[in-house]
Amino acid sequence: MSAEDNDQEQSTPVASAPRRADGADLSVYHGVWVFIELERGKVHPVSWELLGEGRKLATHLGVPVSGVVLGPDAPETLAACDGAFEYGADSVYLMKDTVLADYRTDPYTAGLTDLVQTFKPEIMLLGATTLGRDLAGALATTLATGLTADCTELRIDDETRSLAATRPTFGGSLLCTIHTLEYRPQMATVRPRVMAMPERVEGKRGQVIEHGCRVAETDIITKILSFIPDSDAEKAQLAYADIVVAGGRGLGKPENFKLVQDLAAVLGGDYGGSRPVTHAGWIAADRQIGQTGKTIRPKLYIAAGISGAIQHRVGVEGADVIIAINNDPNAPIFDFATFGVVGDALQILPALTEALRERLAARKAAQ
Amino acid sequence: MHIVVCIKQVPDSAQIRVHPVTNTIMRQGVPTIINPYDLFSLEEALRLRDQFGGKVTVITMGPKMAIEALKKCISYGADEAILLTDKVFAGSDTLATSFALASTIAKINEGEKVDMVFCGKQTIDGDTAQVGPGIARRLGMQQLTYVAEVEKVDLDKGEVVVHRRSEGGVQVLSTKLPCLVTMLEGSNEMRYGTMDDLFRAARYEVAEWDHKAAGITAPNQCGLKGSPTVVKKVFAPPPKAVKAQMVATEGKSAREVADSLLDSLFAKHSKLETEIGQ
Repeated sequence: MSAEDNDQEQSTPVASAPRRADGADLSVYHGVWVFIELERGKVHPVSWELLGEGRKLATHLGVPVSGVVLGPDAPETLAACDGAFEYGADSVYLMKDTVLADYRTDPYTAGLTDLVQTFKPEIMLLGATTLGRDLAGALATTLATGLTADCTELRIDDETRSLAATRPTFGGSLLCTIHTLEYRPQMATVRPRVMAMPERVEGKRGQVIEHGCRVAETDIITKILSFIPDSDAEKAQLAYADIVVAGGRGLGKPENFKLVQDLAAVLGGDYGGSRPVTHAGWIAADRQIGQTGKTIRPKLYIAAGISGAIQHRVGVEGADVIIAINNDPNAPIFDFATFGVVGDALQILPALTEALRERLAARKAAQ
Repeated sequence: MHIVVCIKQVPDSAQIRVHPVTNTIMRQGVPTIINPYDLFSLEEALRLRDQFGGKVTVITMGPKMAIEALKKCISYGADEAILLTDKVFAGSDTLATSFALASTIAKINEGEKVDMVFCGKQTIDGDTAQVGPGIARRLGMQQLTYVAEVEKVDLDKGEVVVHRRSEGGVQVLSTKLPCLVTMLEGSNEMRYGTMDDLFRAARYEVAEWDHKAAGITAPNQCGLKGSPTVVKKVFAPPPKAVKAQMVATEGKSAREVADSLLDSLFAKHSKLETEIGQ
C-alpha cells in the first residue's frame, strides 16, 4: 500500500454498500476479483495488469483483492496461482478440472458463476481479450448484472461505494463513466496494455481457496477438435513492443508502407497502422492500433501520416514518447505528441531510417 | 435451414462530431450505416442459406429509421426483416438488449424453428461485444464468437464445425445446432445484391414488432428499467496540457530535419538511444 493510497483511504471514508430498492442486501458482496486468464499453460499478461488495478480499488475499499484461476489439474495452473500472489493477490480462488483444460464458454461460465455465487465478490475484472470478452458477456448474462467493456479508467465512487468505470464510446469520440448501482458483482473488462504492469514480488504467497468443479465433460456440447497455432513469423507482438512505428492514410498508397516497416526494422521495433489503412487491407488487421485495434504502451511511438483522431489517440496515449510526422500542421496528433514534424512522411521516414542506420553503424564502430 | 441475423444501425463513426459546449454527440446530418461487423455475419448466413436452402430473417432493435438498414439487408438477399421498436426499449444497455433480442428470436422460433443465429462481432458505436453472448446464454444456444470460418454444417446430424480465433491461434470447434455465431472481420466479402433483390427491397414492407409482438410479458426487463448499468457522465477527452515540441523544417532537407529530430529526442531521452536497434 503506498502512502498516497493510505491518505486517500483515511481522508475519504467509503460509504457502505447500498441496500437495493427491493431490499436485496448488497453488502454481502465483498472483495475485488481478477480473472486470471490461463490459456494453453500461459497466463495472459493483462491479468497481472488487472491485479495491479484491482489492488488499488481494493485498498481504497479496504477489502482484499483475489485472483480467480480456472484450469486443468496441472502444474501450470498452480504456477498461475503463484503468479497471482506475486503480482499482488491476497488470496486465490482455484477451480481445477480436466473439463477446464482449454477455454470453452460453457464450462468456464458455469465454473465462474458457481464461484461468484458462492463467494460473492463486489467487483469482478477480466481482460478484454477474445477469451475475456466471450466469457464476460456470458457470465454477466448468467449473473444478470452490469458489465462495462474496455474500460480505460477504474475508480471507486465514495458516495455510492460503486465502481466508476470510464470507457470510450462512439469510436472514442466521447468518454462515459458507467456505474452498476443495484447489482453485484460489478463487472468490467480492460484491454491489454491500458493499465500499467505492477511490480512482481518473487516468492510472495497467500491462501488458496479451492472450490470443486461441478461441470462434467458429458454436459458440455462444444468439443475442441484441434488447435492451429499462429506461425510466429506472422504473429504481431505489437501490444508489448518497446518501439512501434505506424502509418496512416497520409502515406498515400499501400506500397509506401514499406517506409514504415524499414524504419521499424532499423529501430528494432514493430509496426502497425491506423484504422483506415488496416481496413483498406494495406497491412494485416491484427496490426491496427487504436480503440478498435490494439492498445500499445511502447517507450517510443512514431506515427507517420496519421491525423490522430481520438479513436487512435486512446490506443497510443500510454507511450512514453510520441513522435508525429504529418503534413497538416493542424492535425490533432500534434495535440498529444511529444515531438512533431510538419512535413511529408514519404521524405522524412526514409531520411530517419538513413540517419539512424548511420548512427547505429557509428555506435558499433565505436564499441 | 432458418437463420436469424441480428444487425444494428449505427452512426458512421468517421463522421461523428462532439458539440464543443454541450459535449453531446451531434447526430444531425451524420449518415447511418449497417454496423460493418454485422455484414460479415449476414454474408455468412446468406452463403449457408444458398448452400442448404431455407431462409434468412434479419432483425434489429431500434427506432423507425432503422427500417432503412433492414431494407438494405433485403437488397443484399435476406428473405425477411423484422424491426423491434417500442418505447419500452429506450435506454437499453447490453443486458436489456440481449433480453429483447433473445425474446424476439424465441418468438420467431415458435413460428419457424431457428437453426442458427448470427450477430456481429461487436458494434462500432458501443464496441462491447456483449450482446451476442448475452443472446446465446438466454436462448441456451452454444456460443461461437470470433469465428473465422464455418467449416462444415451437417443439418441431418445437427452439427457445426467452425474455426474460432483465440489468443495465439485458431480453435477448431464442433458443436450442435442451434448455435449463435459472431464472425470475424475479413472472413468473407459482402456480395452485391441482384437486380431482383434490389427491386424486392424497394417494395419490401418491414414487419414492426412491439414488446407484446415479441412475446415479452415482463417489460420491466427492457430499456432503462432492465439495465443494471447506469451512465453517470459523458464527456469529451480532456486536452493534453503540453503541446508537441515542433522540429523546425523551413529551408531544411529531409535529412537535416531527421537529424535535428533525433538530436532533440536523444537529448531529452538519452536512454532511448541505447535501446534502439536492439
